[in-house]
Amino acid sequence: MTAVLTVHDLRVAIGHRGDQTNVLRGASLEVGAGEVRGLVGESGAGKSMLGRAVLGLLPANAVIAAGIMQFEGRDLVAMPEPERRSLLGRRIALIPQDPMTSLNPVKRVGAQIANLLRHHLALSKRDALERAAELLAEVAIREPRRVLELYPHEISGGMRQRVLIAMAFACDPSLVIADEPTTALDVTVQRQVLQLVERLRQRHGAAILFVTHDLGVVAKICRTVTVLHAGRVLEEGETADVLARPRHPYTRALLAATPRADRPAETLRPVPPALIENLWSEAHRLDRQLAMAAL
Amino acid sequence: MVDLALDRTVGRPSRWIAGLKRGGPRLWIGSALVGVLVLAALLAPLLAPHDPIEQDLMSAQLPPAWVTGGDPAYLLGTDSLGRCVLSRLIYSARTAVAVALIAASLAAAIGIALGLVAGSFGGWVDQVISRLIDVWMAFPPVLLSIVLAAVIGAGLTSVIAAIVVVDWTRFARVIRAETMVQQQRDYASAARVIGLSRGGILRLEILPNLIPLLVTLLAVEMGIAILVEVILSFVGISVAGDIPTWGGMIAEGRQIVYQAPWIMALPIGCIISSVIGFNLLGDGLRLMLDPVQRR
Repeated sequence: MTAVLTVHDLRVAIGHRGDQTNVLRGASLEVGAGEVRGLVGESGAGKSMLGRAVLGLLPANAVIAAGIMQFEGRDLVAMPEPERRSLLGRRIALIPQDPMTSLNPVKRVGAQIANLLRHHLALSKRDALERAAELLAEVAIREPRRVLELYPHEISGGMRQRVLIAMAFACDPSLVIADEPTTALDVTVQRQVLQLVERLRQRHGAAILFVTHDLGVVAKICRTVTVLHAGRVLEEGETADVLARPRHPYTRALLAATPRADRPAETLRPVPPALIENLWSEAHRLDRQLAMAAL
Repeated sequence: MVDLALDRTVGRPSRWIAGLKRGGPRLWIGSALVGVLVLAALLAPLLAPHDPIEQDLMSAQLPPAWVTGGDPAYLLGTDSLGRCVLSRLIYSARTAVAVALIAASLAAAIGIALGLVAGSFGGWVDQVISRLIDVWMAFPPVLLSIVLAAVIGAGLTSVIAAIVVVDWTRFARVIRAETMVQQQRDYASAARVIGLSRGGILRLEILPNLIPLLVTLLAVEMGIAILVEVILSFVGISVAGDIPTWGGMIAEGRQIVYQAPWIMALPIGCIISSVIGFNLLGDGLRLMLDPVQRR
């Protein structure tokens, strides 16, 4: 399977000179064509940062210190800005975290979708609105033509999220990054949104990188999963394997912390990053010794 | 699915009515006051019963027509040179409106451009523009206007130039701050993710969000411009002496305020109602234009 997205040994530091924090310390990840990969980790693990790095949306004080990011074989790190812009929204799309604030409050829903379509597909205004109505119908919005005329504050949160999903899939991207798209929604709406994302993925044939802290969501929708902790990949593999037989203690802790109705909730016992740091350098030292011995 | 309202792709009329309702009494009273002012300025030759500079020393200092001793031919009485006060008030509106519209628009254009640039680029560009604004605002504005008008010489152009040179900072400061706020919003980064350039985001996403604010600022600025023009003409460095102005009328009336108080009171009333009119209109338009605004 060819990879749509390859991230290798990505290191991102945030903060000003002399006071930098490494948020990603050599994270690697691969998303194949049409694959749905979950990216999980606790808050601050760097999972959103990874998604943002791919989209070129890192905060102003963050720098990519090292690493490779390739999209369909093209280098995202060295890519000039205009070329990256032509990819964004068309080949790589985002389903943002907060549907309440991700739509422009003073523009009608229709104008915002049409704007995207006109920007990338060079449609006429009329065709773009026509296509926008079809897209809204595709995400199960009733009376799409009426909704096109509304402002974002006039529709519900679930509906806004569906509008954003429609926009993400509008130009048939090959990669959609979903940044915790269900976190801001209530549980019943969450389920509908997940089903919708899955349906659109099948129809448009996109790969999805599903960033979330919710292992329940991962179990529902992702075939493969990557567990991130303190900026590094701890574990990855088929979702079923990882969830059934977590190899790493952190994954086990993450699983145990997932609230379930049949047993009392357990708080997440974090594996201190410092400890992992030590384990890592220890492993590297052993590797080097072995290599030396082999010589 | 039933296709609703196929040919009603734009439902503008109802939007306008909703907008007018949101504007409320402020919008109505404001536009009425400003409307009267603008009509008076446009139709001055038709409305004025007399030539504003025609002197009739035989009927000097006549009181308004309804006071004993008033002449029905001079509805609002005459000044110390026997010139018709009503006609002079109406002709003065021309200067006031011209200054308000032209000076405020030019100040807005300069201020908006610099504010947007400072707010969106940040860094040293922002530093330079912000410091410039700081230094500029440290001067007392009216004093600066007077100095400017005195240096450039009297005349409509110099009054307008004086106001523009002083008041662009008012726009630049507010637009810069608001651009920064809007740029941090999720919808702005969502626009980056659909591949819009910096200019495109400013024009298509951020500027529409600034419009309610801009309209308010512009209307308030028009009120301020009228006041500055009054001050300059009061001290005699506005337009040429034979063109009637409210400030000039106040200056003339001041000397005979005990004998003929209406000569000074009437232009003051005109100034107050115009400034209140512009302020109310600004408030009303802001309510009308901002779809998210709730009362």
